Amino acid sequence: MSLAVDNLRVYYRTLRGDVRALDGATFTVRDGEIMGVAGESGCGKTTLGKSLIRLDGRMRVAEGTVTLDGVELPIADDRAMDTYRFRHVSIVPQYAMSALNPIRRIGRMISELLSSRGVSYEETLPELRRRLALVGLEDEVLERYPIELSGGMKQRVVMVLSTLMNPSLLIADELTSALDVSTQKAVAEMLVEFRDRGFVKSTIVITHDLSILYQVADTILVMYAGKLVEKGSAAEITEDPRHPYTKLLIASLPEVGVRFEERRLTGIAGRPPSLLRPPTGCRFRARCPLATEECAEEPPFVEIAPGRYAACWKAAA
Amino acid sequence: MLQVDDVTKVFRTGLFGSGSQTAVSGVSFDVRAGEVVSLIGESGSGKTTVGRMILRLTTATAGTISFGGEDVAGYSRRDLRRYYARVQGVFQDPFSSYNPVFKVDRVLGMLRSNYLPGLSDQEWKRTLRSSLEAVSLEPSDVLGKYPHQLSGGQLQRLMVARALLLEIELLVADEIISMLDASTRIDVLNLLGDLKGRGLGILFITHDLSLGNYISDRTLILRRGRVVELGPTPKVFGDPRHSYTRALLSCVPQLHRKWSDEAGGVATGNGGPPAASANGGGLVAVDDDHFVAPEDEA
Repeated sequence: MSLAVDNLRVYYRTLRGDVRALDGATFTVRDGEIMGVAGESGCGKTTLGKSLIRLDGRMRVAEGTVTLDGVELPIADDRAMDTYRFRHVSIVPQYAMSALNPIRRIGRMISELLSSRGVSYEETLPELRRRLALVGLEDEVLERYPIELSGGMKQRVVMVLSTLMNPSLLIADELTSALDVSTQKAVAEMLVEFRDRGFVKSTIVITHDLSILYQVADTILVMYAGKLVEKGSAAEITEDPRHPYTKLLIASLPEVGVRFEERRLTGIAGRPPSLLRPPTGCRFRARCPLATEECAEEPPFVEIAPGRYAACWKAAA
Repeated sequence: MLQVDDVTKVFRTGLFGSGSQTAVSGVSFDVRAGEVVSLIGESGSGKTTVGRMILRLTTATAGTISFGGEDVAGYSRRDLRRYYARVQGVFQDPFSSYNPVFKVDRVLGMLRSNYLPGLSDQEWKRTLRSSLEAVSLEPSDVLGKYPHQLSGGQLQRLMVARALLLEIELLVADEIISMLDASTRIDVLNLLGDLKGRGLGILFITHDLSLGNYISDRTLILRRGRVVELGPTPKVFGDPRHSYTRALLSCVPQLHRKWSDEAGGVATGNGGPPAASANGGGLVAVDDDHFVAPEDEA
């Protein structure tokens, strides 16, 4: 068991009180597993990713533990966490396109980063070149400035850089969202390739796009309003969703072949609740077509079948 | 209704405009009343530039854009005002389309004072209510609110409602749902479908093939500023004739079909600048109303 997250709560401090962006997450990611985290904006998926590596100034851990390879990560302690970053936990951030220092050549930037971790650039160079070649980049990119690279190339550079130390856990946040479909496919497939080659052990892929996860992820975790809603294998979640939210979400996705004239899809009425004062009970209750009085009590996130988790009173049926 | 004829746009770049970049090259198509035409292309394909030229936010370097038989390029300020009463655009980011310190009423009121000065309060209220109804917004939910109090889906529907206050005939919708969540984007799409039923012509600009496929009657695939394939949506998606269209389709992530199930892959098409216009980009008809550009020799 590579990563174990137990009852993690991460809140944002605001003047009006705590925003409960991540409110009690418990899950595990096996070695070699690519877990996708899907959800709509504001569901807490980015907060979850960030809390595993670096909290920003407004975030605080209210409760919970994160264990990686048997060691508890000091996620609340920015300084102590530094020994784990890059070597054990690494991230391809949402802003990866602008994560590269614009006034450094790529090679120099990588060398500075490595030396800050006490690693020799010269010794790493052959491996770096090999990995760049693997993702279809020539050595020459090391001499280039970020502005000279296309979005897809930058994304690949960041991906290679983030995984250079073979971290145990890689968090990829909206890795492919800003890319064109053809580049998107190539970058998404890199995630699988890197896992298969052992550059990373486990990967958490955060995206709003379920269809990308179906392509590359082994398991999918669906989030809604700061809560975990459902987890299962990628095929189970897409073919046989159990939670009403997942069902409605999947039903609202137009696919190539579905046309307005022939089959009219419907969205989900209403909008997610405010996380400043979240409602009691199931947070999807107000928008859920199946909701009954029972849902005023919060459903636990439990295993409803082997490897299959859901937080809904109706999910087992 | 809208006729785009052999339109080219060249941007001057560099110091004193020493360089040039052809964004759109020899594009022709039309949009008829009551139909949705989707303009699909990857970033840098010139799709937004086409939309901006139609809205006269920028001018075409060559070629003509005509609406109802009149050349848009020759419009004076007064003509343009008349034009905008019939043609409106809605853009990608609903959050930045609004002035954050204006209440929604004021944003809509500005349109009234600009385009509908003769309208009585009574009539204005009626128009307002009916256009909000058309986009399924409850007036009490949105009126009197600031933009930050509304969701992205509400704001985007309100942008469409604003356009509907005028009796428009053509809506240029540039990536209007790309920023919305999956559960709300479909409502905006369905709204476009309903508006089409009332005779509105819609140019739906997107990079997302599945959204284009869902809503449009005809599809135009744009690559590096040129039309690659144009035809009825079921034909372009069901029987794509150009290798680029096929390549794009095979890359679209789908829920029930894996990439690995597809035979063969395609090299990533990171587009360079548009190729020099050699043979005028002549399209070849392969079927009724279905046109394909000749394959480039590569």
